[in-house]
Amino acid sequence: MNLDATFSALADPTRRAILSRLAKGEATVMELAKPFEMTQPAISQHLKVLEDAGLIVRRIDGTRRPRRLAKAGIDAMDQWLAMLRKALEKNYSRLDNVLAAMEHNEKGKSQ
Amino acid sequence: MSKMTLKTEGDTHIIVTRRFAAPPEAVYRAHTDPKLIQQWVLGPEGWTMPVCINEARPGGKIRYQWKHEKGQGFYLTGEFVSLEPYSRIVHIERMHLPDPTPDNYVETRFDPDGSSTLMTMRMTLPDAKTRAAMLATNMEQGMEASYKRLDSLL
Repeated sequence: MNLDATFSALADPTRRAILSRLAKGEATVMELAKPFEMTQPAISQHLKVLEDAGLIVRRIDGTRRPRRLAKAGIDAMDQWLAMLRKALEKNYSRLDNVLAAMEHNEKGKSQ
Repeated sequence: MSKMTLKTEGDTHIIVTRRFAAPPEAVYRAHTDPKLIQQWVLGPEGWTMPVCINEARPGGKIRYQWKHEKGQGFYLTGEFVSLEPYSRIVHIERMHLPDPTPDNYVETRFDPDGSSTLMTMRMTLPDAKTRAAMLATNMEQGMEASYKRLDSLL
């Protein structure tokens, strides 16, 4: 997997939102364009970037071309969840220190 | 000190648990005293919270404002619904990026466990789409940190 293409594909908030939407199930260009209030060509452009990065794939269903997450896209979503986890873990390890300092101050006061 | 758990539940909930080596009273205070909040609710490296308003009473206002060392910033506003010292806080919050995100209804419980505390935070988002978007937004902060690490590698 081309990490560089993946990073540039994920750097755009609309493309991250498209991945979030596809995490819930496959969708057509029209279905994707609606909630984002974007034109279909604009959405198609984002989808092309995501496709080239190997994050999504398309299926042929008559005249429809629904997109869904590829394995790499699923991994990227998992990575995002891991990043929220990381930010919270960072907060709570700081909180451990704050709590230790509070206890220390309490002891200082009672002496 | 202990491992945090984070899981999604149903379509609209996110549940986080964490144990702390301090009694519920101290953990509750660290969640309600602005001077203490400013020391730890900072997310990834590089952020500070120059403004912290936290009126810990029913209907009281919340406003956290973050600033990155490189200059950009964003803020969060909210209101307290109910507080039960030192066991439970219910509040509503939203991020401003700068448009407000949908309301996140958050219940935080502090349960004594010997001399330590088990914290359980339960977030409820209006719908599945909002939860997915919120996870993506929070991850954006994490992405920043990754990009920086990437920068230092290149």
